Amino acid sequence: MDPECSQLLPALCSVLADPRQPVADDTCLEKLLDWFKTITEAGSSLLLLQENPCLLGLLCHVLKPQDLSPRVLSFSLRLAGMLAAQEDCFQYLQGDSSLFVASAAGQLLVHILGLSLQGPAEGHPGLQTGDWPVCAQKIVSHIEESLRSAATPQITQALNVLTTTFGHCHDPWTQVLWGRLSPLVACLLEKDPVPAAHSLVDLLLSVARSPVLSSSSSGLWETLAQTLSHLSPTQAGPLALGILKLQECPQVLRAQAFAVLLQPLTCVLEATAQAPGLLDSLDGTGGASVTVDTLLPSKAACVGLLCRTLAHLELLQPLPQRPSPWPQAPLLGATVTILRLCSGSATPTSDAGGHLCAFLVGCVRVQRAALDFLGTLSQGTGPRELVTQVFAVLLEYLTSPDSSPTVLKKAFQATFRWLQSSPETPGCSDLDPHAHLFLRELLPVLPKRLCSPCWEVRDSGLEFLTQMIGRWGGQAGFRRALLASEVPELTEQLLRDPESYVRASAVAAMGQLSSQGLRVTPASPEHPGGQQKSLLAELLHILSTDSEGFPRRAVMHVFTQWLRDGHADVAGDTERFVARVLQVASQDLDWEVRAQGLELALVFLEQTLGRPSSHCPYAVTPPVAAPPSSLAQALRPLCRVQLFEFAFRALFDCDRPVAQKSCDLLLFLRAQTASYGGPQGSGSVPEVASVEAALQRWQAGDQGQPLGYLEPEVVVAVLRSMDLEGLRGALAESSDRVEKSPQSLLQDVLATVGALGEDEADCY
Amino acid sequence: MKLYCLSGHPTLPCNVLKFKSTTIMLDCGLDMTSTLNFLPLPLVQSPRLSNLPGWSLKDGNAFLDKELKECSGHVFVDSVPEFCLPETELIDLSTVDVILISNYHCMMALPYITEHTGFTGTVYATEPTVQIGRLLMEELVNFIERVPKAQSASLWKNKDIQRLLPSPLKDAVEVSTWRRCYTMQEVNSALSKIQLVGYSQKIELFGAVQVTPLSSGYALGSSNWIIQSHYEKVSYVSGSSLLTTHPQPMDQASLKNSDVLVLTGLTQIPTANPDGMVGEFCSNLALTVRNGGNVLVPCYPSGVIYDLLECLYQYIDSAGLSNIPFYFISPVANSSLEFSQIFAEWLCHNKQTKVYLPEPPFPHAELIQTNKLKHYPSLHGDFSSDFRQPCVVFTGHPSLRFGDVVHFMELWGKSSLNTVIFTEPDFSYLEALAPYQPLAMKCIYCPIDTRLNFIQVSKLLKEVQPLHVVCPEQYTQPPPAQSHRMDLMIDCQPPAMSYRRAEVLALPFKRRYEKIEIMPEPPPRPTQPTGGKKRKRASDDIPDCKVLKPLLSGSIPVEQFVQALEKHGFSDIKVEDTAKGHIVLLQEAETLIQIEEDSTHIICDNDEMLRVRLRDLVLKFLQKF
Repeated sequence: MDPECSQLLPALCSVLADPRQPVADDTCLEKLLDWFKTITEAGSSLLLLQENPCLLGLLCHVLKPQDLSPRVLSFSLRLAGMLAAQEDCFQYLQGDSSLFVASAAGQLLVHILGLSLQGPAEGHPGLQTGDWPVCAQKIVSHIEESLRSAATPQITQALNVLTTTFGHCHDPWTQVLWGRLSPLVACLLEKDPVPAAHSLVDLLLSVARSPVLSSSSSGLWETLAQTLSHLSPTQAGPLALGILKLQECPQVLRAQAFAVLLQPLTCVLEATAQAPGLLDSLDGTGGASVTVDTLLPSKAACVGLLCRTLAHLELLQPLPQRPSPWPQAPLLGATVTILRLCSGSATPTSDAGGHLCAFLVGCVRVQRAALDFLGTLSQGTGPRELVTQVFAVLLEYLTSPDSSPTVLKKAFQATFRWLQSSPETPGCSDLDPHAHLFLRELLPVLPKRLCSPCWEVRDSGLEFLTQMIGRWGGQAGFRRALLASEVPELTEQLLRDPESYVRASAVAAMGQLSSQGLRVTPASPEHPGGQQKSLLAELLHILSTDSEGFPRRAVMHVFTQWLRDGHADVAGDTERFVARVLQVASQDLDWEVRAQGLELALVFLEQTLGRPSSHCPYAVTPPVAAPPSSLAQALRPLCRVQLFEFAFRALFDCDRPVAQKSCDLLLFLRAQTASYGGPQGSGSVPEVASVEAALQRWQAGDQGQPLGYLEPEVVVAVLRSMDLEGLRGALAESSDRVEKSPQSLLQDVLATVGALGEDEADCY
Repeated sequence: MKLYCLSGHPTLPCNVLKFKSTTIMLDCGLDMTSTLNFLPLPLVQSPRLSNLPGWSLKDGNAFLDKELKECSGHVFVDSVPEFCLPETELIDLSTVDVILISNYHCMMALPYITEHTGFTGTVYATEPTVQIGRLLMEELVNFIERVPKAQSASLWKNKDIQRLLPSPLKDAVEVSTWRRCYTMQEVNSALSKIQLVGYSQKIELFGAVQVTPLSSGYALGSSNWIIQSHYEKVSYVSGSSLLTTHPQPMDQASLKNSDVLVLTGLTQIPTANPDGMVGEFCSNLALTVRNGGNVLVPCYPSGVIYDLLECLYQYIDSAGLSNIPFYFISPVANSSLEFSQIFAEWLCHNKQTKVYLPEPPFPHAELIQTNKLKHYPSLHGDFSSDFRQPCVVFTGHPSLRFGDVVHFMELWGKSSLNTVIFTEPDFSYLEALAPYQPLAMKCIYCPIDTRLNFIQVSKLLKEVQPLHVVCPEQYTQPPPAQSHRMDLMIDCQPPAMSYRRAEVLALPFKRRYEKIEIMPEPPPRPTQPTGGKKRKRASDDIPDCKVLKPLLSGSIPVEQFVQALEKHGFSDIKVEDTAKGHIVLLQEAETLIQIEEDSTHIICDNDEMLRVRLRDLVLKFLQKF
């Protein structure tokens, strides 16, 4: 295969694998098959698969239960067959038997079963399997046979077939099928260990979710309960989560499932001998000893189980159907204990605890999972002493030199969430005294983090700072603490950081600091008494000179926000500010900067035309000018800042999102102008014609010539004469990425898809 | 096969292995923590230090006030600092055939061994080890000799007096054996006995044993050693690292199939991760300098400093520190920086490839070229005219007891703007700082120890699967300050055998095969050895030139033995049970008698009379034939 096609192939495969994508017509698929045939005839299929792992990915993907079009399914199966026709390749595919031969067969069985029963069983819901069509009966007895088999792969296949069937089809005949097969499934639970446990869990959950089956099968809940108690804690976790997510489910089963989910945390609490009160509410069953056996034999098992448990609980916490009462306090206690075991600061009180400690010390995976969950737990409250412990452990992580950058980032996130949820002092919206104390200890840590040699740490430190200022920048206590620290000065220095992400975060943080009046301007030793460069000038400098896109985008965001909020540096001479920013942004090579320029233009436009911004509910509403009396008067400021030149240029931008945004802006403006009375587009005809001629040249790709100052009347006339709706339609239809010229077959397929599903084709 | 343990310090080992009739010393580390008990040697007259009050007993008796000075509640010896030598009485060191050195930190006691014990053997070490070891010794001698001290304190060492002193002086061990620093002449003589070796080079010892150095990944030229006969293999692992720093990576594969693996020199700070500490170091440095303060980094002239300079090289621009001068002050600064650049074959792969570009392997060359890093032999001379603040100074000695660092501590200690950052893990920073108290400057402890931690050890042991592991006793239990951290100890099966200073271990070796050669001709008539040159043969176990000693048999009933001791006037006797037998402690006489199944050792403090008395007492319980 030539390299060009190899490059296109992954995109093609992902298009085919995506059920949301409209499928290319059959001819294309046939042609594709022909092409693959020539390749496999010319060379080794095995090599083809090895060199293009995306093909294997596609084949695996189509076997998953989903609403794939039959055309793609048949294409994939034929392709698999074609590849497998070569002996070495067949063996290669066979090696992954669960995926290919058996799975494809399973998939096929599901479809055949569904098809064969569509007719006969629909009319007679009571029809027993004995009366089903022969092929359906054959399939059922094959499944029965597989379920009775001693070989786990066979059982797995049968369970998967059933999972797919019940997941897809909610016809009444599924009830009959489950009625016949459920005793066999229940038999599996009597084996030790339970074979194909993962597939069994999937099947039971699929049955429980099926509206037809869950309401009728009386034995289902008992089977689920039995499964929960038979499976190992690791296998039972996903089942427990699945049960708790069910909308309708007996309370007893829910309690059992929740107990299973909580067991590992109970073990953690026991191992460190926490207050017995906490244990009582967590320990629902006597299963903890089983869990200890799972937790302790190896580090990998222990880490895996804890991470999964924490992730499951994190998923469960925000759900409306989560168990109630929610054991917030013991969960907090357990999470804090895990974090302290990971940092080596917890003192285990038993041998099991000692082992846990040895496994968990320095384990980044568990630390991340626990910090995520701790952050989620901030949604609830907890006893005062536990909250104190939460802040203590967070501070420990934020301070420790051993915290890895990713752990630190999570610690920052969790800290912000907990600070956010800490109760506010009545009367003023400042941080509560407790959080204040914490902040006093945290602020000395922050400068050190901002000086870290690891850019990820500097970056997450800045992000945290930005969030903090955004939330508490207006509160006196926070302001005092921040201004007394080295943080504002260090943040400003980071505007010149060598890492672009850090510069971008520093821009955002400085924007916030300045908005809140927290930017310090000390007489530094380098400029004794000298006037420090204004932040506006500094940010403009970044916008026009920074070699990386991220800081420039960040500057545009800050500027837009400043304009919205009526920032002092901007309000002084808004027109000059907007003109300057638009001029710089229009020349930017990064389309996001240009798009953000349009956002800024829109804010200015709204402010000028007297419509208060509705984007930010917290923003201080800028003084709204009295609506200008005439249209010309209203448009004059926009003309002065050359907003139209910017917008018209953007209209023909080579990057479609920019063009679309500009189109929307101009359409909005045209609608606004319609609300004004007065002369409708009475610009002098020659001027209008010359602008239109220039625009046509721009559209053709020659963007060299500027328009210069435009009179409002000319603008209105041009706006009215333009087919903006048509342009918007064209922009929505076509993708600029699609080459017009007929290229290879692959490109055709992709182009067809791209033209219909514009979002996926334009993957910026 | 026996292991004689002459040092109790796990990272400064000194062990003697008797194997196949050869006597091999493994490392000779010098425990310098003893210097922490002494007052610093100021390069420039320090009124503060010279005006410290003398120490007197609780009853007001001030007879020690010339020797001992008090500073902020701590008592220091006002004398030339002294070092704690490896045990010299446990085994006759003149019988040592070879000394194997694993890295430059583990050879600092070499002159004491080679020059004062009748040692006539050979020392084996790699070239960087010898060259950098020489630099360390040269620096040490220079630091101490350039500040001549008239006074020499010895009164306090008297056992009866030492007992009256406050801690830690009271508890200092073997003070009578503490010695002053060697001279340059002794250093040169000791180093002349070294034979250079390369990694994987096989060295035959008397045809009985083969020794081989392997890369250990810890420092330039650092090695582990394989000691093997035809059927037995002992691995000596000392100061190894699996991290990617500047040296060649560790050779693990060659350690496989060992009967015994002697494991020493693990990280001294098992809870600190070197990466995190380097981050901490950089952040604190930047914060101090940005606030106009100076940073002092007490360090050795080689080793971690190369990595620190490399990190700073990458960091200073990002932190806006390009204009801050970095000073490296050491009598051997220049040689150290240059040596590091020429040992290309001993460096990690990345650095080796740079040499072919050609570029200097370490970026400190560029720091020097661009004048960001300047180095001086001493703070006298050029340095004083170039000196500009705020700045960062790297200088020795990490104990803060001698070297240029003493001056900077006195100079900068009074301002809270300045920071001292401890990166070397060998000395407790609190003890190092004690004679400078009260101190206003900030102190940051970022120990950077790249040697193996316990997780890495556990992986290593799983990988190389030795039959038995032997290690210092400190590694077989969690550190005393973190007794719950079961992860901070060696965990292996069978459990590791542990040793402590002055102990003799019988290594668990099963001798199953022996290679012998059968000659068709009858052997020639044995001739008397000509004497003089010492060469060993397999039959040397019972030297034929000596009078045969009687063989002994029987066991010593401990209770009766203690009664016998009491009858002979020994009091204050304590008996401890050990895994292999008993230890009888004669506390007053500071003597211990170690009774095991197959050996009995009497360890007493240089008192031959006492030893003979005790020996005769022991012999009474045994049968001779």
